[in-house]
Amino acid sequence: MCCGTGCRASQSEQIIANLQEILLQKELQEEVQVVRTGCFGFCEKGPVIKIVPDNTFYTEVKPEDAELIVQEHLIKGRKVDRLLYLNPETQEHEPDSKHITFYKKQYRIALRNCGFINPENIDEYIARDGYLALGKAITEMTPEGVIQEITASGLRGRGGGGFPTGVKWNFTCKVEATQKYVVCNADEGDPGAFMDRSILEGDPHSVLEAMAINGYCTGASKGLIYIRAEYPLAIERLKIAIAQAEEYGLLGEHILGTDFSFDIELRYGAGAFVCGEETALIHSMEGLRGEATLKPPFPSERGYNGFPTNVNNVETYANIPVILLKGADWFQQIGTEKSKGTKVFALAGKVNNVGLIEVPMGTTLREVIFGIGGGIKDGKRFKAVQTGGPSGGCLTDKHLDRPIDYDNLIQAGSMMGSGGMIVMDEDDCMVAMAKFYLDFTVEESCGKCSPCRIGNKRLYEILDRITKGRGTLDDLDNLRNLGSVIKDTALCGLGQTSPNPVLSTLDNFMEEYEAHIIDHKCPAGQCKALLSYVIDPYKCTGCTLCARNCPANAITGERKIPHVIDTKLCIKCGVCMEKCRFGAITVQ
Amino acid sequence: MSEVKLSQHKIDQIIAICDEHHNKAGELINILHKTQGLLGYLPADVQKVIAKKMKIPVSKVYGVVTFYSFFTMVPKGKYPISICMGTACYVKGAEKVLDELQSQLGIKVGETTPDGLFSLDSLRCVGACGLAPVVMIGEKVYGRLTPERVKDILAEYYLLDAL
Amino acid sequence: MEDNVVLYIDNHTVVVPVGTTILEAAKEIGIEIPSLCYMNMKDLCITNLPASCRICVVEIEGRKNLAPSCATRCEQGMKVKTSSLRVLNARRIVLELILSDHPTDCLICPKSGKCDLQRLASRFKIQEISFKGEQSQYEVESSPSIIRDMKKCIYCRRCEMMCNDVQTVGALGAVNRGFTSTISPAFRKDLKDSECTYCGQCVAVCPVGALTEVDHTNRLLRDLADPSKTVIVQTAPAVRAALGEEFGFPPGISVTGKMVSALRELGFAKVFDTDFAADLTIMEEGSELLDRLTRFLDGDKDVCLPILTSCCPAWVNFFEHYFSDMLDIPSTARSPQQMFGSIAKNYWAELMNIPRENLIVVSIMPCLAKKYECAREEFADAGGDPDVNYSISTRELANLIKRANIDFNALPEEDFDTPLGESTGAGVIFGASGGVMEAALRTAYELYTGETLKNVDFKEVRGLQGIKKASVNLKGFELKIGIAHGLGNARKLLEDIREGKSEFHAIEIMACPGGCVGGGGQPLHHGNSILLKARSNALYEEDYNKPLRKSHENPYIIKLYEDYLGKPMSEKAHHLLHTHYFNKSE
Repeated sequence: MCCGTGCRASQSEQIIANLQEILLQKELQEEVQVVRTGCFGFCEKGPVIKIVPDNTFYTEVKPEDAELIVQEHLIKGRKVDRLLYLNPETQEHEPDSKHITFYKKQYRIALRNCGFINPENIDEYIARDGYLALGKAITEMTPEGVIQEITASGLRGRGGGGFPTGVKWNFTCKVEATQKYVVCNADEGDPGAFMDRSILEGDPHSVLEAMAINGYCTGASKGLIYIRAEYPLAIERLKIAIAQAEEYGLLGEHILGTDFSFDIELRYGAGAFVCGEETALIHSMEGLRGEATLKPPFPSERGYNGFPTNVNNVETYANIPVILLKGADWFQQIGTEKSKGTKVFALAGKVNNVGLIEVPMGTTLREVIFGIGGGIKDGKRFKAVQTGGPSGGCLTDKHLDRPIDYDNLIQAGSMMGSGGMIVMDEDDCMVAMAKFYLDFTVEESCGKCSPCRIGNKRLYEILDRITKGRGTLDDLDNLRNLGSVIKDTALCGLGQTSPNPVLSTLDNFMEEYEAHIIDHKCPAGQCKALLSYVIDPYKCTGCTLCARNCPANAITGERKIPHVIDTKLCIKCGVCMEKCRFGAITVQ
Repeated sequence: MSEVKLSQHKIDQIIAICDEHHNKAGELINILHKTQGLLGYLPADVQKVIAKKMKIPVSKVYGVVTFYSFFTMVPKGKYPISICMGTACYVKGAEKVLDELQSQLGIKVGETTPDGLFSLDSLRCVGACGLAPVVMIGEKVYGRLTPERVKDILAEYYLLDAL
Repeated sequence: MEDNVVLYIDNHTVVVPVGTTILEAAKEIGIEIPSLCYMNMKDLCITNLPASCRICVVEIEGRKNLAPSCATRCEQGMKVKTSSLRVLNARRIVLELILSDHPTDCLICPKSGKCDLQRLASRFKIQEISFKGEQSQYEVESSPSIIRDMKKCIYCRRCEMMCNDVQTVGALGAVNRGFTSTISPAFRKDLKDSECTYCGQCVAVCPVGALTEVDHTNRLLRDLADPSKTVIVQTAPAVRAALGEEFGFPPGISVTGKMVSALRELGFAKVFDTDFAADLTIMEEGSELLDRLTRFLDGDKDVCLPILTSCCPAWVNFFEHYFSDMLDIPSTARSPQQMFGSIAKNYWAELMNIPRENLIVVSIMPCLAKKYECAREEFADAGGDPDVNYSISTRELANLIKRANIDFNALPEEDFDTPLGESTGAGVIFGASGGVMEAALRTAYELYTGETLKNVDFKEVRGLQGIKKASVNLKGFELKIGIAHGLGNARKLLEDIREGKSEFHAIEIMACPGGCVGGGGQPLHHGNSILLKARSNALYEEDYNKPLRKSHENPYIIKLYEDYLGKPMSEKAHHLLHTHYFNKSE
């Protein structure tokens, strides 16, 4: 049973309770084991249950379905058709999860254990080769050897920057110091991305193991995980995992009988997106305001409490053990020339299959959105996809066949970011979208440097004016000029990328900006201030229903005679249109 | 903001938290987390106790408290409402749900209703994007919300409170 | 190891030591890159380097984005452009952004003409702000010494750095984040309800009009114009060493004579000198030191040592807030300003037969805390009439002189009035860090040993080192003295005392860097330590040229004791010249 945050929110715990109760009644508790796993990724269809060994994948299960599952499937061996995934193309139920398109095109490295093991049981992790890589590293390899392997694999930081991981480790390794730190950045803050949380909830040991390996390579004996306080489940599972690893001697003093000692502590974020930036993160761990500082000095020279510190994100770590076990050559073969391996994306927005997916680098956006994602919801038209969260940009039709990798996305005016992927359809206004992201950046800017503190605020204000029909053509020049100067002058990664949503929509959706400014129209019909509700006099029967429901008393007219909306009074709430039974009211 | 008088017992508990973390300046955020966990919020007097105990200027403590959105100086409602304003929720209409919540409760984001029942906050992605738009009341998650359902959900809590 | 790097800045080849920043390297070849938040007081090891205003950005070949030249170190072979189109455009936009969140009523700003932002706007010829929008709104807030107008703050964090890192007062700190970030005392309280000591170092470094002093010049003009009042003035030693800077004199020129003329021109009935009171302070404080020392040497276990100087009002505020458990350690002697006020309103008023209520005593001070000190209740008579009515800063005096159409440069050199204008060289050096202790040693040595001091110059206590130490042999007893300037350094010495680790018998403390010469009321030092050195040197030079250089030799001081006070630490002296301290910790 998936016990990720999404499925838990749809009562997965209740389903488990029901299952267990019924199993007990039927005296099947010995034969059937109910396992709480991490996220399966297919959140759209949650809550999901997978029954092994036959790989049955039940979707959108309700607590009351528990009885049926036990009775039909477990006792009688008949799959419950109604709960099986319905293939939207063939309209047939898929009896085996391997055949579901959502999974068929994925390649899971970082998510290899998510949904397969009980994250609260270290034995299950070990049974899937867990901690083998750590053992191999500290007993058979030199730190330099491990770093070389990681460097050779071509793994790049999955937190957004895409810096080569091996090179980063080598920096920290080379600095001489009495104390060094290994930090895991689990302050996932990109609105719309939740891969780090899923890994921590579904496979916490993979991160612990990788951190220990990192400690061995860099000469650090202390690991710190900086995690959002808003992730209670991930925190709980990490605590359990750390305790179990310590108990097994896989963390702590003299790991596996060697001279290598390493322990891990948790540090909590407190709600600041900017703390995903490594210098800000370090200051936050030091008990300070999470303000970024200039690099150099890099954390690898002077980080936490002034000591050399290696910071990597959750997904990066999750790749490490596999690379060491299967070798750099194997990893090298996956992906594109400069971006190796896979990437996890949080696919969300207007796609049919919302969820967490992992694909090889080089997969095209089309395959992700229309293949795995199952296309656009409700048969609407695809308009744009936003990658990289508030630091990324909006890509369009013309980018759909581009292979996804770090460099391609940057070239297209977006970026990989941590892997948020938000799909938008014809009803989404791109100006409003840019404004949404800027609102976020303004809220989350630490405020230290002037371009980010004031510049983003001004970008937001200009966008706000445009969405309200008060923009001018000069505003477009100002947006572009201001946006590029902010990128050029801001102090940290947050400010250096914050104008991307504006600049990329200017590049790709200029006509939409112009429509707002010149015609005072929002083509997507999303910007309230630019909408006007009109009653078609030929359809209106004068039933007065709209007038009676209008909260602003903006509709007048006599009974049985077509009504009129006073646009000056109208507050554009849309109630009239909902109430009209004759389809006489339209929005323009 | 009304000044709250702290009981000696509460002061002792806060001091114990500081001691647990060895009064180290680097532990400030952990200490604030625990203290807020204990009291529900971090009023000025609490920050003064912490600053004095840790021997750091109270302006530093206040600077940290006001930097992080997780920390609050006003008590939360009995039923704290958090609306996810992550992108996935946004594109699926979270703004409309928020508007409805604000008008139903008569408060804005960051405020608490005068009867102390509800407080309203927006948060970044809670990671339940499959259920967008999402609202959390206490620990409970409400997914695929529409503005129409807001009134009914609130009614549940009014009822719960009346019991 | 190579000690130098070669780089190229705008077609110049530059060789600089490793570790030099681009800003410094450019300056060496005459390229003045504009900056705002950057501040570097090298001799004091104080830097403000948030690299956050982004005005000083430059283009470096091969680097993706622009680099802040203040914090980017030169590297071998680096190619830097300081004024390419890209750089100039970026700087202009960043400047426009800062201006877009700043009031533009420069004409009526107290900082008008002295504002770094205004200067930059003029240098960039900004005539329009392309990005108008919401501006930060804060109420103007006033304390006895300092006015905060945070609408004008550009968030350079210099004040925060001074208040926290240098002074360790911690009254001001960054609050909130993003566009709503500001600098404020905890809980957005007023400065007067915080731990602020009014040292004024935040004012001394503020590049804009966000932090300024409480201005008493209009009050002074009204009093001067009132025929029923006798208005007299005292001038602190450090004022004469810096006032000239406001009139085009190079730093380090003492303008004592012209200052005296200017004050007469302004209409003061008498122009006296705080230096006189400084000599008096030495008599009282020196005697107190000798008294405690003698008792200590006699085996008295209860005697409090080391004794701490108490001339500096910011320092007094500091220990009342943070070391309230040690209130019996500082000398009880009032500051020279207050000793002067007390003597003027009692002894001199009687002598001249002026009713107290008609006598206005004004002080010219390098200091903002002095404004607060005048207003302390214990420094007033029973009817609430303050001994010193109010204090105006060096900057306010300069402004007053300009306002009164006085051609300062053309003024003759005049002498102070007697008797309260006569001073020795010992009084003059009170304005520099180490000066009070040096003056005290000159007197204490002679009073204690009965011998004449051959060399009156104690050079080891001079200079900008944060904590200075010296010892003097008093007839076989090794008197150890410590000197600290800047409250952060003071805190270190105080904590040693608290822990029983202090080696000193006497400690001098001045709150401001360099002592009063770097005071919050002086022409703004903006972190320029060369300026502070020059001002100190001016004082030492004046001391050197004085015929009398020991306080106890001041004939008018001798006369004051003979005619009025009796002897140092007499009952009358106690009543008029000593004070007590308050516990201000919460």
